[in-house]
Amino acid sequence: MLQRREVVAQINQARGQALMVTGLGSSSYDLHAAGDDDRNFYLWGAMGGAAMTGLGVAMAQPERQVIVLTGDGEMLMGIGGLATIGVQQPDNLSIIVLDNGHYGETGMQASHTQFGVDLPSIARASGLPVSLSVETEADMLQLCGALASQAAGKGGAIFASIKVAAESPERSLPIVDGVEIKNRFRRTLGLNPL
Amino acid sequence: MSVNDVIMQAMRENGIDFVTTVPCKQLAGVIEKIEQADDMRHVPANREDEGMGLCAGAYMGGAKPAIIMQNTAIGVTINALATLIQFYRMPLPMLISYRGEVGEPVACQVEMAVHTKALLDQLSIPTYHFHNPEDAQETSAILSHCFMARKPVALLMDATFWKGA
Repeated sequence: MLQRREVVAQINQARGQALMVTGLGSSSYDLHAAGDDDRNFYLWGAMGGAAMTGLGVAMAQPERQVIVLTGDGEMLMGIGGLATIGVQQPDNLSIIVLDNGHYGETGMQASHTQFGVDLPSIARASGLPVSLSVETEADMLQLCGALASQAAGKGGAIFASIKVAAESPERSLPIVDGVEIKNRFRRTLGLNPL
Repeated sequence: MSVNDVIMQAMRENGIDFVTTVPCKQLAGVIEKIEQADDMRHVPANREDEGMGLCAGAYMGGAKPAIIMQNTAIGVTINALATLIQFYRMPLPMLISYRGEVGEPVACQVEMAVHTKALLDQLSIPTYHFHNPEDAQETSAILSHCFMARKPVALLMDATFWKGA
C-alpha cells in the first residue's frame, strides 16, 4: 500500500509553481514534512473547508495551479463542495484526497470510505473532468502526469483519491499562527500581506 | 435609487469582485444584479460554510470577497467564522437577510431570528441592523470598515428594510 508521506513528497516535488491548500491534521503535517513553503496555506481548523478554500484561491488566481491536499474525513465533511467545483469548472484546480479510511486525528475511527463510498465516483458525477483512483506507484505517475498537463493549461479540474495506509507518522507541525500563514502566502503572490 | 442599487453601488465602491451566495427571496434582486455584473464573480454555494471557504480562498488569492446569506445559516457557519475567517484574520462582509423579524410569514424562521444577534455578539462580530430603506446608505462605509479591520462584519437586513427594494 502507498505511504502518505511518500506520495505527498512526490506531489510536492511535482508541484512546480502550484499554490497548495491543506486540510487540517495529517495532510498539513505531510506537506510540511515534505518541505515548508510560503505558497502553502495550511488549514488548522474549518474542517470540510479545504476544497472550497482551494476553489476560492483558484478563481482569484486563474493563472496559477492550485492543489488542495486533504483527508477522506475532511473531504466527506464538505462533500457538497465537489458539486460547486463541478459547476465552476476551474481549469487550474486539483483536489487530492489522502484516503486512509480513518479519522487519524481523533483516534482512527472508521470513515465512510471504508464502507464503499467512492469519492472519485462522486467527483465524476459532480462533473470534474479528471477523476482518478490512485492505488499503485503506476497510478501515482499517472496523477503526476495529469498535474503536469494541468500546469500546462490542459485537461481541466482534477480529483484524485490516493489510497494510503492507515498510519500516523510523527507530526511535522507548520506555523501555528494563522495570520503569519496568511501573510506569507499573500506576500508570495505580491499582495499586500495584511 | 432602490436599496438593491444602493447595495450594488456600495460593493463596487469597495472593490468587491467575488460574491458567493445561497439563495434568499429578500436578497434575490441583489443576487440577480451580481449574476449579471461583469465586474463581479458570482459563485453560488450549497451551504454558507462552503461560501466562507470560498471567500477565504478568494481573499488569499487577492480578490475582495463578500457573502450573501440568511441569518438562519449563522449556526452552520460558526466554525468557519472562528477557525478560518477570524483565526487567519480576514475581512468578510456578510450581507444577511434577517428572516424572522416583523413581517415574517413563517413562524419557524423566528426561532433563528431570536438567536441571531446573540450569536454574532458572542463571536464579537460587528453587527449593523438595517430596518429602514435609508439605512442602506451606510453600506459603503460599513464595507470599508470591514476591509480596514480585516474582520467579518454582519449587515442584518430585515423585512421592513426590504420594502424599499
